[in-house]
Amino acid sequence: MFHREAGIFKTTYAADAALYPLPIAKWTIAALALIFVVLIPLTVHEYYLSILNLIFIAIVGALGLNILVGYTGQISIGHAAFMSVGAYTAANLAVKLGLPFWITLPAGGLMAAAIGVVVGMPSLRIKGLYLAIATLAGQLIIEWTINRVPAISGGAQASIEVDRPSLFGFSFNTQGSLYFFLLFFAVLAIVATLNLARSRIGRAFVAVRDQDIAAEIIGINIYRYKLLAFAISSFYAGVCGVLYTYYFGIANYEQFQLIVSIDYLAMIIIGGLGSVLGSIFGAIFVTLLPIVIRLFMEDVGSLFFTQAEMANVISGLRLGVFGGLIIFFLIVEPEGLNRLWRNVRSYFRVWPFSY
Amino acid sequence: MSEDLEFAFALVLNGASIGLMYSLIALGFVLVYKATDAINFAQGEFVMLAGLIVAVVLGFEGAPLVAAIAIVVIVMVGFGFGLERVVLRPLLGRPVVAVIMATIGLAAMLRGLGPVIFGSETRAVSLPIGDEPIVLGPASLPPIQVLGAVVAVLLFLAFSWFFKKSRMGVAMRAVADNQQVAQAMGINVERYFALAWAMAGVVSALGGVVWGSMLGVDVHLALVGLKVFPVVILGGLDSIGGALVGGLIIGIVESLAAGYLDPYVGGGTKDFAPYVLMILVLMVRPYGIFGKRKIERV
Repeated sequence: MFHREAGIFKTTYAADAALYPLPIAKWTIAALALIFVVLIPLTVHEYYLSILNLIFIAIVGALGLNILVGYTGQISIGHAAFMSVGAYTAANLAVKLGLPFWITLPAGGLMAAAIGVVVGMPSLRIKGLYLAIATLAGQLIIEWTINRVPAISGGAQASIEVDRPSLFGFSFNTQGSLYFFLLFFAVLAIVATLNLARSRIGRAFVAVRDQDIAAEIIGINIYRYKLLAFAISSFYAGVCGVLYTYYFGIANYEQFQLIVSIDYLAMIIIGGLGSVLGSIFGAIFVTLLPIVIRLFMEDVGSLFFTQAEMANVISGLRLGVFGGLIIFFLIVEPEGLNRLWRNVRSYFRVWPFSY
Repeated sequence: MSEDLEFAFALVLNGASIGLMYSLIALGFVLVYKATDAINFAQGEFVMLAGLIVAVVLGFEGAPLVAAIAIVVIVMVGFGFGLERVVLRPLLGRPVVAVIMATIGLAAMLRGLGPVIFGSETRAVSLPIGDEPIVLGPASLPPIQVLGAVVAVLLFLAFSWFFKKSRMGVAMRAVADNQQVAQAMGINVERYFALAWAMAGVVSALGGVVWGSMLGVDVHLALVGLKVFPVVILGGLDSIGGALVGGLIIGIVESLAAGYLDPYVGGGTKDFAPYVLMILVLMVRPYGIFGKRKIERV
């Protein structure tokens, strides 16, 4: 983080686009790996592990949405529905056919990607507002279908119970073991997105976002790349849905309502559009905020509200604060927490010669 | 008339009156889009806020209805002005997606904080019109639906006059048509932007009174906002007449769908049919029935 970069000259494009731009990055990654793989699981209490687990799942979903909204500039208000597609696909495969997670997980992702491409199809003809409304329609129609078709939803309460994932006879059925399960997929998603962003596809996405006509002129097939963005993004969403399903042990449409789409939009706007680190910050922030609000309200709110009102007040406050933060970041700092982090970092990086 | 026809007639009539009430809300969306090109995803939440205010004012002992309506109109106009100043103006010139996300944020904020501030119980807004159904041939309508339809038509006529004849309305059309030229002609564009949001506030205030009286006021009132999008896409985003016609069509379609399809799929087609219709419209004629064909081809 606070390192000097003297003596490092990039002489090739490959070096410029490298995954580790500086030698020290490797050491940082190694240190982080040590902390997350060894230190945290050994020392941290189970309750905090469960929060970390939720953050890991949210990171996968936020990265997916950021690929679509942040990198490619297409909007989707239907991401929660794509998650539900993944969740129910995996749940059905796991329960009816008894398939293990390493088949159901990609299957859920692929199914969500297929549906995502269908919903994203209008993006070929329309954009901006129209696309937002088309994805909203997608969200409502998918929600309705899952709710009404017992073959998908498993009948009662539209929920399917799923066994915890297991690998070679080892079952991930405690918070501690689920931690490793989810950490693996979060890291996989992060590395995949980093690589995607620096590859030809990622650069094409950014070109489509910045100026679609110019992108077409320099030879980018924008139809293909827009659909690809929808497919990749919904694949992430589907995987995120499958992870939720395995984590909670149940697939339930209530976890994937319109409001969740807005939560994820809040994550990437607060964290920073078009950045991997921003998605991670956003996922952490949005997952922790309700917990902080609950702690705060348990101390302070009991002066104003009765115990019975408290649940409503907390969920209302949570939504209200998200909304307010979305507006605040859009107006004041469109690049989100990621930009704030970069500002802090560059201050120290050039310190004490800040000019 | 045979029984089938009577059933169909009742469904159409009921759908038409509900549809006109939808156009009442859609009108607020269209006014803003027409003048400022901004997309308001919080229209339903505006209606909820207005309904909450009316219900709270009426909750005081002996508060007359007229006063409640006057207060809610004033508050919503103020809210519209303030919103334009604080949220929308800083976003001028930013990509359209930014405005969409800002209004989504606003919607979340209103929906979250409304119940925290005013309490989450369902409140009633009682209007002095009784609940004796009004009988029209084989069908009968609750009076609140008739009132809502009448209010929608009256507002439609008022806004048509405003845009055609009044000085402000003509200026607003100029702003909608081309901001730079309008500015060159000495029109204060920013003021008309604010005015458009204030007008959306007025429409939402009346919508809040009518819808609040029909459904009762709580956070679920905001869900009527979801019906706005099929209506405006069908009618055309920038057409006031389109909002009216689109509302009628959506209302009738959803009523017919609920009447004929619900028995087969176990309910819920009411919320589903408008969106299917909307997707078809988006594929065939994305600018709607009356909208301007200025949609940007990708």
